[in-house]
Amino acid sequence: MINTILLIAAIIIMLAIFISAYRFIIGPDLVDRVISFDLITVSSIALIVIIASLLGKIIYLDIAIVYGILSFLSVIIIGRYIEKGM
Amino acid sequence: METLKIIGAVITLIGSIFIFLGALGLLRMPDFFNRIQAGTKASTLGTMLSILGIGIINYEWAGKIIILIVFVFMTNPLSSHVIARAAYYIKTNLSSRTVVDKLKSKTDTNL
Repeated sequence: MINTILLIAAIIIMLAIFISAYRFIIGPDLVDRVISFDLITVSSIALIVIIASLLGKIIYLDIAIVYGILSFLSVIIIGRYIEKGM
Repeated sequence: METLKIIGAVITLIGSIFIFLGALGLLRMPDFFNRIQAGTKASTLGTMLSILGIGIINYEWAGKIIILIVFVFMTNPLSSHVIARAAYYIKTNLSSRTVVDKLKSKTDTNL
C-alpha cells in the first residue's frame, strides 16, 4: 500500500521532468533553458529520495545532496557569466 | 505505526503534485519572469514536502533528511534570484501585459 503510493508519486515527478525538458528544447532564449535545468535538478532530488526509500538503502541520500550542490552552483555561475562576462 | 506511515506517503504524494504543477506553470506562462516565479516557488515547496514525507516513513534517516530540507530551503530561492537579476540586466523582453516595472528607475542601464 505504501509502496504503491510512493510509486505513483515517483511517476508524477517523472512527468514533471519531461514537461520541463520540453521547455528546455523549445525555449526561445538562454534564460528559459537555465530555469528549466534548475527545475529538472531540484525535482530529481525528490525523485532520488523516493527511490532510496523504495529500495531501502540510506547511501542514496548522499547522491541527492550532491545534486543539490551541483544545481545551486551551476545556476549561480551561469547567472554571473551572463551579467558581467567572465 | 501503520497510520503514521500512510500519512507520510500522502504528504509525499501532495509534494509531487506541487512539483507537477510547477512544471506545468513553466510550460504555460507567457513571459520569462512569470516562468521563473512558477517554477522555483512551486518546485522548492514540492521538494521539501516530498522529502519530509519520506522522513516520516523511515524515521531512522532523520539526520540526513533534515540536512537535505534545510539545504533546499536556503539555496533554491537564492539561485533563482541571481538568474532573475541577470535576465533583467541583459534586457530580456517583458511580456506585453506587464504594467509595473519598479526596477526601471533604479538601474543605470538605459532600458
